[in-house]
Amino acid sequence: MSVPAIIKIIDLHKSFGNLEVLKGIDVTLGESELVFILGPSGSGKSTLLRCCNRLEQAQRGQILFDGTDILKPDTEINAIRQQIGMVFQSFNLYPHLSVLGNICLALRKVKKFSKKQAREIAFHQLERVGLVDKSDNFPSELSGGQQQRVAIARALALDPKVMLFDEPTSALDPELVGDVLGVMKDLKNSGMTMLVVSHEMRFARSAADRIIFMDGGNIVEEGPPEQMFDNPQHQRTRSFLQQVGY
Amino acid sequence: MSAWERFLHTFFNRDVIIQYLPDIGKGFIVTCELAILVVISGIAMGFILAMVRAYQILPVNLIIVGFVDVLRSLPPLVLVLLFYFGLPNIGVVLSGFVVLWLVLAAVLAAFAEEIIWAGITSINKGQWEAARSTGLGMTQTLVYVILPQAIRMTIPPMTNRTIAITKNTALGTVIGVGEILNQATTAQSFSSNASPLMVGAIVYVLLFVPIVVLGRWIETRFAWKNA
Repeated sequence: MSVPAIIKIIDLHKSFGNLEVLKGIDVTLGESELVFILGPSGSGKSTLLRCCNRLEQAQRGQILFDGTDILKPDTEINAIRQQIGMVFQSFNLYPHLSVLGNICLALRKVKKFSKKQAREIAFHQLERVGLVDKSDNFPSELSGGQQQRVAIARALALDPKVMLFDEPTSALDPELVGDVLGVMKDLKNSGMTMLVVSHEMRFARSAADRIIFMDGGNIVEEGPPEQMFDNPQHQRTRSFLQQVGY
Repeated sequence: MSAWERFLHTFFNRDVIIQYLPDIGKGFIVTCELAILVVISGIAMGFILAMVRAYQILPVNLIIVGFVDVLRSLPPLVLVLLFYFGLPNIGVVLSGFVVLWLVLAAVLAAFAEEIIWAGITSINKGQWEAARSTGLGMTQTLVYVILPQAIRMTIPPMTNRTIAITKNTALGTVIGVGEILNQATTAQSFSSNASPLMVGAIVYVLLFVPIVVLGRWIETRFAWKNA
């Protein structure tokens, strides 16, 4: 790998009770890389993503973020999490706060910015996702696509080094998907490092640097999009792509 | 004397009412003092207990759940009698007022803890995850994200519980606290007339209707458009 690694996952194991969901995963995410994780439901792809900021606690292995093993109990996880933005399938905006309040909360309470500084950053990020005019609205007054873009702005406001996307468009009406993918594409072009779990195949093909195909808690194969879509090496990859109609 | 006049004479006797109104007024003040003390300290304690419980420290939670379950199951009268007549045996002598305050506050704290805890657990896990993923700590997430949402849901049950516990100040009668009911029953005995009791009842209504209205007002004020 020529670019320096931002996230390096080494031999990661994760079980829920007796069910082993991740059976020794190795992934390296280089700077400014967009890596896409594909796989059938239950393959462990969301769990893998959620382990990367310790929303799920892995039992074995290492996740090095900028050289720090985030799985070690003595790691300052709150400090690490500021640098890892996360976007959820169900947006998870705070319903009691305005759009501005949603973005400013962590800026004020975690980064300790003044109200004025936080607002400036928030407006800058809202501009980026095209929602400056919605700053005073509440989440319930926005469409799903707009909510997800606010959620992206909320994560970006902390100036993260990497962004994790957990099925960001799965809960959206089809006509709203494009706006969110547009924001993600802009993000990619601005050099953001991104790890994306999604079923947006066309987006994967056009935007991803690398695609990882997971099944049953293992990485089956990985490679550049052209190879993965046009010439997959494994039978399981082929049958998955066929099933999703690609 | 007609039946109607007899009824008025017994239950709404003007002379008796005028004579005992000052006593019942004093009772009203005592009940108000107790109510304010009980509601503030009870809800504050319930709040603290629910927040502590959110940290999921097993031994601590067992104590909280034990305290809450016992206090919710015992009739407050038992506790009032136990504290007032029992504690002096181990050298702790508390006035009836203090006993009533402590017992009712503790019982309200137990119910308030359950109500607030139910509110906390009803908040979607995604809210915790979103907040934690931005680097907010456990306490910050609780204070800025979870509780503001949870509290809105607790207002109707909390209003009910507040009213129920405040009415229990009438238990002061059995330990000589001069609250509304005590003043009214005493006046009833002296006057051999039911009018003071009627006045007491009216005073209770005057005391509680505003609380009900206030609760409803807070509810609408705190409501936000839900997704």
